[in-house]
Parts: sequence; C-alpha cells; structure tokens
Amino acid sequence: MSACWPTLHMTVNGEDRAVQAPPMKRLLDVLREDLRLTGTKEGCGEGECGSCSVRMNGELVNSCLVPVLQAEGACIQTVEGLAANGELHPLQQAFLQCGGAQCGICTPGMLMAAAQLLARNPHPSLAEIREGLAGNLCRCTGFTRIFESVIAAAAHNAEDSTNRSAEQEADAR
Amino acid sequence: MRGNPEGHELIAPGSLAAVLELLSRAPGEWTPIAGGTELMVAHAAGQLRAQKLVSLWGIPDLRFIETSPKSIAIGASTTFCDLRAHAEVAAHLPLLAKAASWIGSIANQSRATLGGNLVNGSPAADSSPALLVYDAEIEMVSVRGRRRIPYAAFHTQYKRNAMATDELLYAIHLPLRFAHHRQYMRKVGTRRAMAISKVALAATALVTNGLVNEIRLAAASLAAFPTRLYQTEAALLGQTIAPDTIQAARNALLAEAQPIDDIRSTAEYRRHVAANLLEESLIELGSKETPR
Repeated sequence: MSACWPTLHMTVNGEDRAVQAPPMKRLLDVLREDLRLTGTKEGCGEGECGSCSVRMNGELVNSCLVPVLQAEGACIQTVEGLAANGELHPLQQAFLQCGGAQCGICTPGMLMAAAQLLARNPHPSLAEIREGLAGNLCRCTGFTRIFESVIAAAAHNAEDSTNRSAEQEADAR
Repeated sequence: MRGNPEGHELIAPGSLAAVLELLSRAPGEWTPIAGGTELMVAHAAGQLRAQKLVSLWGIPDLRFIETSPKSIAIGASTTFCDLRAHAEVAAHLPLLAKAASWIGSIANQSRATLGGNLVNGSPAADSSPALLVYDAEIEMVSVRGRRRIPYAAFHTQYKRNAMATDELLYAIHLPLRFAHHRQYMRKVGTRRAMAISKVALAATALVTNGLVNEIRLAAASLAAFPTRLYQTEAALLGQTIAPDTIQAARNALLAEAQPIDDIRSTAEYRRHVAANLLEESLIELGSKETPR
C-alpha cells in the first residue's frame, strides 16, 4: 500500500528527509514513526496540551494538527534539534538546573514553545513567558519552575551576548 | 476512536485558480482545509466526515493584509499570528487584534486562520464579535466571479453560511471609519488561554455628552451563531447613558439573547454574564467621551 503514497520532502533538524506517507497522516506520527524522532510526545491529540509542539518554518505548531502534506518542503525543528555538537541548548540546561522537568512528557513541547518565544523575544517578561507557554500543559511542576527555567535561559543568553560583545570589542581593539 | 489517515484524500493544488476549478467541477465534494486546527481535531477523534480535502495552506493569494486609506482587506488564510504582528491592524482594529490573541495558544494562532474561524461557524468564534461591530464585509470567490456580503448576513443557521458549494471565502474587508468610536470587548471563559468562550461581547459606539449617537453590539455564544444585538442597540440609540437606560438595555438583551445549555456553560449563566458585560461596556463607553 505504501507504494501509492506520495514522497514528501522536508528539512528536519537541518537534515533533508524524505518520507512516503498518506497526506492526512499527522506530522506528529511521521516524526515519531517514520523518522523515529520520538522526542516529540503526544498528549491530547487535539491541539490543547502542546506536548507535540515543534517549530515549522519558524512558527510554533502542534504537530498533531498538521497533516503531513502541509509540511512538504518545510523546515521542522524538534526537541532533538535543540542540542548542538553534543552540548545541551541553554534552555535544556536551564530546565535541568531549575527543576523545570519532572515526568518529562510535557518537557519537549515546553522547550520548543520556549525556544519559539526566545527566538522572537530574547528578554521576555514573566507575563510574556506565561503567554508564550500558555498552550503547554504540565501536570507535575505547577509551572513555576518551568517559568524560572525560561527566565534563567534568557538571562544566560543575555550574559552570553554581553560576553560576545565584550569579546568583539576586545577583538576590535 | 482514532482517525485513519488512509481513509481521507488530501491534495494541495497550490494555486487559488486550481482550487476554484476543483470546487467548480465537483461542487460539495471537496472540503477546504487551511491550518487544520478544527478539522484535524475531528480527524484525530475519527469524526472527520469529509473524505476529500483540498489544502489552502501555502497559497499566497489567500494570505495577505492589504491596507488602503479607507479599509483593510484580510485574506481568508491569514493566520491569527499574522494579525497580531500587523501594526496597522493593531492601530486601526484593536478589537480584532485582541480577538486574535484570544485564539487558543501561540501554536494555534500560527495555524488557525481568520477565514477558517468564520467558515467553521462556531457560535463561540473569537473573531466574530469584533468583525460584527466593525461592519466587516465578506468577499467570496468562485470560477463564476466574486461577490461581497455584509458579515452580519454570512451566518444563516447553526454552522451554516451563505456560501455556495463552489465558493471559497476569499477576504474579509474592514472599513476604517471606527477610529473615533469608543470600543469595548470582553470574553468570559474558564481560563485565559485555550478556553472557548462561555460568552463574549463587543461594542463600538459614538457617544457625545453621554448621548449614544451610534452603537453596534455583537456577541458570541448567545445564539446559534455570532450575532449583532439589534434590539439592544435600538434600546440605546438616541438615549443618554444613565442607570435607567442601562436597565432598559439589560432587559432588551435578556429578551433578545437565545443562549443554550452546553458542556461549557448554562443558558442562565450566559444570560446573566452577558447582561453584566453589557452594563460594564456601557459604563466604559459612557465614561470615556468620544474624541473629536
């Protein structure tokens, strides 16, 4: 049967990937089953909980609500794409240090929503963090530590960019 | 029951012309799908009746915001993220920008479209009250041509609208003559994000020395589809905002509203809250004089 399905191309975490799948298959299932990227979790399956959040062409989406045909040609980033060169992303580091993860089911979605927020707004207020993560439900932590993790990651980024500009200044001299 | 992706056909012709051609050749056979925030939920639950779907996602002809001195035209596939990010929408149509922020969460706003919200036709649709009090017009398109109707005439019954089976919602047109109107809008739901409204009310009005010269009121979840509250408006037009007119308006709204009991709320609660929202809106609209 699979021979009848179209071959769809997308860039996933920077790699070109091709899958053969029914066009109405959920992006979530293609990621988990066809591409074996099981970091993305299914919670509610109806766009309410955010566990399946991934970034698609620079936007945060619930991958359970994306028919894979609509991801044709798209750039997808999943939680597996956050860490680079064997080093955790500052958000992942912050979630570890601040106790932002407990059972872990919501964590990949929280990380992707937080990554989306910081990409648009590197220094969010608490209210902006709450809004950015409002579509991601956690049933363990009570959210406070998750918000603290995002604040810590944003502070780390700020420190990093301060260091970088200090270095650049030093280089310039 | 889980949906079976193999049980549904989905194609992406990629252009508006190709989609219209398809709809014209087999009217009623193809169901348009934009961001999927409604249809994919039904699909996941195994309740998607449409067998054949045609994707509107990624068709540039349907995703635009065009501003002119007298109006703003919004393509049907414009997402709520697009609306929130648009400076002129925020400046000229603050109620629409606010409604866009009410939709689900960021991950829904990045996919859900203004046209989808209207075609889906939920009585609780977040964008509808704002569009109604701004006198929005709906432009539809088919191979036969284009036509425009007032948005207030778009919804005809519960989840039914004025579009023919070969038509597609093309754009929403918003006149920019409400800049000097006082504006109010509030949604009451279970929580701030990810909550479908129990009731929502929007208002635009011209009030001079306390006198209501012009007023538009619209509500979500008070009837089978989002509606203007014409009788309540009539009770206020030409009146001075004062305790007795507010009481008369409350009575008119209670007579006019036809809410129902459902999983999200009760008819009784909706009536009561809607009347309170109306009172709040009138106090706000009356206390702030229309700038001249």
